Amino acid sequence: MPLIQCENLTMSYENRNAVENVSFSIEPGDYLCIVGENGSGKSTLLKGLLGLMRPKNGKILFGDGLTQTSIGYLPQQTVVQRDFPASVQEVVISGCLHQKGFGPFYKPSQRTAANAAMEKLNITSLRKKSYRALSGGQQQRVLLARALCATDKLLLLDEPVTGLDPVVTSDLYALLKQLNQEGVAIVMVSHDINCSIHNARKILHMNTGVLFFGSVEAYRKSALCEKFLGRDAH
Amino acid sequence: MTALSAFFQYPFLARAMVVGILVSLCAALLGVSLVLKRYSMIGDGLSHVGFGALAFALATGWAPMAVAIPVVIIAAFLLLRLSESGKIRGDAAIGLISSSALAGGVIIISLDSGMNADVNGYLFGSILAMSNSDVILSVLLSIIVLTLFLLFYRQLFAITFDEAFARATGIQAEAFHMLIALLTALTIVIGMRVMGAMLISSLVIFPPLTAMRVCRSFKGVVVVSAVVSVVCLIGGLIASFSFDTPAGASVVLVNLAVFLLFAFAGRWLSPNME
Ligand SMILES: Nc1ncnc2c1ncn2[C@@H]1O[C@H](COP(=O)(O)OP(=O)(O)OP(=O)(O)O)[C@@H](O)[C@H]1O
Ligand SMILES: [Mg+2]
Repeated sequence: MPLIQCENLTMSYENRNAVENVSFSIEPGDYLCIVGENGSGKSTLLKGLLGLMRPKNGKILFGDGLTQTSIGYLPQQTVVQRDFPASVQEVVISGCLHQKGFGPFYKPSQRTAANAAMEKLNITSLRKKSYRALSGGQQQRVLLARALCATDKLLLLDEPVTGLDPVVTSDLYALLKQLNQEGVAIVMVSHDINCSIHNARKILHMNTGVLFFGSVEAYRKSALCEKFLGRDAH
Repeated sequence: MTALSAFFQYPFLARAMVVGILVSLCAALLGVSLVLKRYSMIGDGLSHVGFGALAFALATGWAPMAVAIPVVIIAAFLLLRLSESGKIRGDAAIGLISSSALAGGVIIISLDSGMNADVNGYLFGSILAMSNSDVILSVLLSIIVLTLFLLFYRQLFAITFDEAFARATGIQAEAFHMLIALLTALTIVIGMRVMGAMLISSLVIFPPLTAMRVCRSFKGVVVVSAVVSVVCLIGGLIASFSFDTPAGASVVLVNLAVFLLFAFAGRWLSPNME
């Protein structure tokens, strides 16, 4: 049973379709990269999956115990966050908020989950530090830990390596691979086509509609990949 | 000491203190979110709208609060809508609405010669203006703000830090924006008499900025901001009474002094802070 099944999904901004008739599925433990040119609707598709934007048409079905609010999401960083006064611990544990509850304090189980996520991402030593004082790579790890608090099934990442140096980037990819091996499905929007076909097991290539959806092996052989890779080289 | 004993002698002073402390507490708590979300100018816009509404109420002889509260609440929702829709840029929208309301208020006051004496108090704050109903309103308001703040503290953090993520975890961000706008509108109307229409928005902006100079965590910013706000208000009102200066202006100058102090301390501490 797939975690998410998208059927003929269409999403639009003021009557202009940004995502058109997109069908695909995400299985438990998948590693899917979404590629495509700027403006091809990748971020919009993620917004649909997360329920941040209502689809105009089509269906998104959740299965295998996944609900829309228990997806771990790593958004692109906004300007506001960069100078936000928050400790690492506060940021990470805010990922637990899909569990309803009132009052200023988190439950012990939520604290345990946050500590485990920080441990996994090797940021336990940073927990008291201010988020704004961290490097870009460290900040990304903090946000990933927060996303892990929200899920144990599916991570959605929107261009997670933008602005990171090559070493930190490959660290992050290694980390994602490890999480994936532990059973978390990963869906990543990426402009780095080389890394995508290297790391992922499935590719969704879109240009408003779906140009390709299938395994990396099949994608490598397609003319689409040749074209994309070739042009990417310049 | 003389200033302290004066509070027990003059009921108007005690009333101003109670209203001021409660309003400054609410303003600081709401302000943390507003400042961090870059919405702090909404406070400024609303206070000018409030001034226009008060002037209108006084000219027509209607109850000031009964006019000002609904008008400012409507303005708050309008400003929020405008900022979010992106049709007019948020800051420009606020500028349009606030200067129009201010101009209207000034014209109304200038037409009614009997009101000129009070204008200073409305614009820059007065400790004489508080009535018992203001005290009751401010107590009610602060109970509501404090309760909601404690109940939804974690959700508020999430929305302020990262709205997209918060919404993805199922938090109703729009409802919270509405709520914050509503409470800010109430805080501003009630605080306007003590602080003055021109200066009330400083209660929203100064304490969070001051707290952010030295605090590393959100919780720290919230707590320090609340404490700073109340302390500055008490200091400002005492100064206002002692030196016979306008209340709002005195509070703002005390806030400025504390801000500079904290900015200096933050610079000093920052190498050891990380
Ligand atoms: N908030 C918005 N309002 C109106 N149109 C939008 C909005 N966001 C995106 N669009 C339009 O929708 C289309 C798809 O945008 P989207 O952000 O999904 O692309 P993308 O594939 O993520 O691009 P990129 O690689 O640059 O991130 C674009 O043509 C864009 O102009
Ligand atoms: Mg995008």
